[in-house]
Amino acid sequence: MPKLTIDGIEVEAEAGMTVMQAADLVGIEIPRFCYHERLSIAGNCRMCLVEVKPGPPKPQAACALPVAEGMQVWTQSDLARKARKGVMEFLLINHPLDCPICDQGGECDLQDQAMVFGSDRSRYREVKRSVTEKHLGPLVKTAMTRCIHCTRCVRFIREVAGVPELGMIGRGEHAEITSYVEQALTSELSGNIVDLCPVGALTSAPYAFHARPWELHKVESIDVLDAVGSAIRVDARGNAVMRVLPRLNEDINEEWLADKSRHAIDGLRYQRLDRPYVRENGTLRPASWEEALATVAGRLLSADPDRVAALAGDLADAEAMVLLKDLMDALGSPHRDCRQDGAVLDPHDRASWLFNPTIAGIEDADALLIIGADPRREAPILNARIRKRYAMGGFPIGVLGPATDLTYPVEDLGNDPHTLRALSSGSHAFWRVLTEAERPLVLVGMGALTRDDGAAVMGYARRLAETVGAIGDDWTGFGVLHTAAARVGGLEVGFVPGPGGRDTAGILEGAGSGAVEVVYLLGADEIDMDALGEAFVIYQGHHGDAGANRADVILPGAAYTEKTATYVNTEGRMQRTWLTVHPPGEAREDWKIIRALSSALEKPLAQGTLEAVRARLAAISPIFAPGNEGRVVPAEYRATHRGFSGRLDGAPFVSPVSNYYQTDPISRASRTMAACTDVYINGKTGAGKRTGTDG
Amino acid sequence: MSAAPKTIPGAADRPFAFTAENQAEAERLIAKYPEGRTRSAVLPLLDLAQRQEGWVSRAVVEAVAKMAGVAPIMVWEVATFYTMYNLEPIGRFHIEVCTNLPCWLRGSEDVVRAARDVFGVDIGQTSADGLVTLSQAECLGACVNAPMAQIGDDYYEDLTYDRAKALFTAMKQGRTMHGGSQAGRRCSAPEGTLTTLTTDPTTPEGGRWIADSSPAAPGATADPR
Repeated sequence: MPKLTIDGIEVEAEAGMTVMQAADLVGIEIPRFCYHERLSIAGNCRMCLVEVKPGPPKPQAACALPVAEGMQVWTQSDLARKARKGVMEFLLINHPLDCPICDQGGECDLQDQAMVFGSDRSRYREVKRSVTEKHLGPLVKTAMTRCIHCTRCVRFIREVAGVPELGMIGRGEHAEITSYVEQALTSELSGNIVDLCPVGALTSAPYAFHARPWELHKVESIDVLDAVGSAIRVDARGNAVMRVLPRLNEDINEEWLADKSRHAIDGLRYQRLDRPYVRENGTLRPASWEEALATVAGRLLSADPDRVAALAGDLADAEAMVLLKDLMDALGSPHRDCRQDGAVLDPHDRASWLFNPTIAGIEDADALLIIGADPRREAPILNARIRKRYAMGGFPIGVLGPATDLTYPVEDLGNDPHTLRALSSGSHAFWRVLTEAERPLVLVGMGALTRDDGAAVMGYARRLAETVGAIGDDWTGFGVLHTAAARVGGLEVGFVPGPGGRDTAGILEGAGSGAVEVVYLLGADEIDMDALGEAFVIYQGHHGDAGANRADVILPGAAYTEKTATYVNTEGRMQRTWLTVHPPGEAREDWKIIRALSSALEKPLAQGTLEAVRARLAAISPIFAPGNEGRVVPAEYRATHRGFSGRLDGAPFVSPVSNYYQTDPISRASRTMAACTDVYINGKTGAGKRTGTDG
Repeated sequence: MSAAPKTIPGAADRPFAFTAENQAEAERLIAKYPEGRTRSAVLPLLDLAQRQEGWVSRAVVEAVAKMAGVAPIMVWEVATFYTMYNLEPIGRFHIEVCTNLPCWLRGSEDVVRAARDVFGVDIGQTSADGLVTLSQAECLGACVNAPMAQIGDDYYEDLTYDRAKALFTAMKQGRTMHGGSQAGRRCSAPEGTLTTLTTDPTTPEGGRWIADSSPAAPGATADPR
C-alpha cells in the first residue's frame, strides 16, 4: 500500500492505482476528458497533467501514472495549471466556437473546463479544420468538427458494448472518429456514447435542438421498458418528457442505459388515451369518467363472478395490480393472471422466478449457461454485465437457444431442448464445465418458459442447477430473466389465478368459448385479441395499442413517467417511479381508477390513499415494506420440483423479443423506435438521413 | 503525409486473397504471436498484402482483419495511421522523393522537376500509363547522400536533375536501375579521396581526432594563455 501526498494530503492508495484514482479517494478532482473510470486508460487528452516529484521535471498525466511510495503530487501548482492551460489552448485550436448552437451547451465538460483553464482570446490565426459528419444510426447525431479525440466512444463501444465498430482513423490533424464504412452502430447501448462524449461531437439525435439543460426539471425515477429496472433521471420541460438519462446504480445499470429505455420516450406523446371511451354500435366514442365507470360497473355486476376475468400487462404497476386483485376477490372472481405471455412460473416459490444471483452478482459467477434467452435483446444492461464478467476472464459461457451475437464468445450448445436432459443428467460436456465451477450460474429466459413444455424446461433447468452445485449457502446460481417490468411485481402481489381460477390460456380459451363474459385488461396488449371472442373487454392503460383497439370501454391510465408507482425488477428489487409530468387529459393514475371503479361497484376498497395501497402491498409481501425500496430481499431456494415436470418438446427455443426496439405500447408508439426498427431490423440504410421529400 | 480518405475506398468490388505463397508467409507471421495476441500481426500482414496488391483495398482490410481475428475498423485504423500503406491504387513504381530540409537544400525540387519532365506527373499523381506514382516523403534517413528518392524498396541517392532524369528514363524504357548513390559513391563514403581519418589508425595518435586548439595539436604552444 504505497503512501503518497497529493496537494499536501497524505493518501494511502492500493498498489496499481493511478494518481487520478488516488486523488479521487481524497476528493481532489483532477480535470479530465479522456479518462473514465469504467473504460480503459487512454491518456491522450493530457488535461489531467499534474506536477510530480520525484520524476522528470515536466508535468505528468495523472490518469496513467501509477502511484509509488513517497510520491509527491501537486494538482494545483503553477506548473500544473500552466500545463493544463496550454493543453486547453491546443484543444480549442480546432474546436469550433459554436456553443450557442451546440446541444451540449450548458452541460459540456469542455465548456466548463475552458471557464477555468481557457484563455479569453485565441492566439490562433489560421483556419480551423472541419470534419465531415458521420452516420452512426438514428440515435447518435454527430458534429465531428467538435471532436477532441478523447476516444471514450471508441473504448465504450469496444469494451462495454462489445461491438468494435468505432475507431480513430488517420493521425495528427487528420485523425477522425468514424465507424467502419459509415455503418450505423449496431449496439443496444449506443446512446451511452452521447453521455460519454465530453463535448458536443456526439449528441442525441432524437433530442436535437429540443431543449436546453437549464430549462428542464429533473426527476429521479426508474425505467420499466425491460425487466431490469435501470435507474434513470427523467428530464421534462413543462408537461413534456424531453429525455431520459441514466442514473448511477452500481447494483443494476452502473451508469449505462439501454437505447430503448432512453429513446422510446417520444412514444409517450403519441397514441395516448387521454379520456375514457365507450364502444357504441361498433365504434369507440369519447365518454365521461362517470359514464365509463358506470358502464363497466354495470357489466361487472350483471355478469356471474365466475365469468369475469382480469389480465395484467407488461407495464402494470404493483399498486394497480394489488387493487385489481382485491377488487376481483370482492367480486368473487378467481380468474386473473399477470403472466400474459403464459410463462410457467410457480407463484408460491419466489426463488423459482427471480434472478436470484442478482445482476451485480453475475460478476461473482465463474460459469454461465444461458437457456432459451437472448440477454442482448431482452435486457441489454444485464448483457453488459455478463460481458463485463467475460472480460475479467475465466468465464465459460454456454448458450442453449437461438444462436445470436451476444457481444462475447459463447459455446454454442445448439438449440434442441432435449439437450437439457443430457445436461441435467451429467452426460453433456458442458455439465462438467458447470460442475468444475465454484459458482455456476444457470440463466433461464422467457423463450424457454413461455412454451407448452415450459414446466418441463423449468424442471430440467432446476435439476441442472442443483446437480452442478449452483445452489449453496452463499450462492444461488439459478436465475430467471424476465422481459416485462410488471411480471415480478405481479407475482409478488399474487396477481395469479385464485383457487379454481383460470390462467392466461384459460381466460383466453374461456373468452373464446363464451365461458368468460367480461375481461379486464390492465395494460395487457401482447395477448391474441382475436382469442377474446365475444367477451366484453375493459381496457385500462395509457396507449391506444392492441388492447384499446379491441376494448369496449377504455379507462385511460398513466404511463411510468406520470405516476409514483412500484415495480419489482427481475432480481426481486422493489423500486419506485416518480411522477415527472401529469397524465394527459383526463387520464388518471392507475390505482385511483380501480379505486374509483370499486366505488362505482359499491364495493369500495379500503385503500383511499397511495400510502394505504402501499401498506396493503407490504402486508402481502415484506418486499414492499418501505425500508426495502431499492433492495433485494433474497428468496430461499427450495429443491422441490412440484409442478415442474412433463415432456420436453423438440421445437427450438425462440426469444420473445424479436424486435428489441418495439416490445411494449410505449416503444411501439415511438417514432424513434420505428426509425431504429427500419435500420436495425428491416435493414433499411440511410433511414436516419431525411431528404425533405419523405413527408 | 496525405490526409486520410474520408471513407474507406474501393468498396469490395475487387476481391482479395493471398497467393498460396503469401498465404503460407501470412500464417508464419501470425504464428509468431501467442494465442490472443494475433492483433500484433496486422502490420506485417498489411505489408504483405500491399506487396501483392500494390495498395490496401477494403477487401485487403477485411481479409487481414479476419486473419488477425480483429474487427475491420481496427485494421483500418492501422492502415490509415501509417503513411507507408497506400490507400489508393498506385503505379507500378512508387517514387517517393524526400523533400525535407537537407534534401531540399541539396536540390530535391530538381528531382521532382525531373519526374515531371519524364512522366508528366506532379506530387500525388499517377502517370497516365500507370507506370509511376510520385509522392513526397518525409525524411527517409539518407541525408548524407541528399537529395534522394525511394523507389519501391530501394534508395536512389545523390540525385541531381540530370541523374534523376537518366534514372527515370531508364525506368520508363524498362532498363535495369541500380540503387544507391547515383554519383558512384560507395555507401556514404566521401566523393573522391578521404578528407578525414587520413592518419594511420595503428599509431598511438593515428586513431585519435585531435582538435586544432588542443595543446597536443601540431604547432600548439603548451600554454595557450
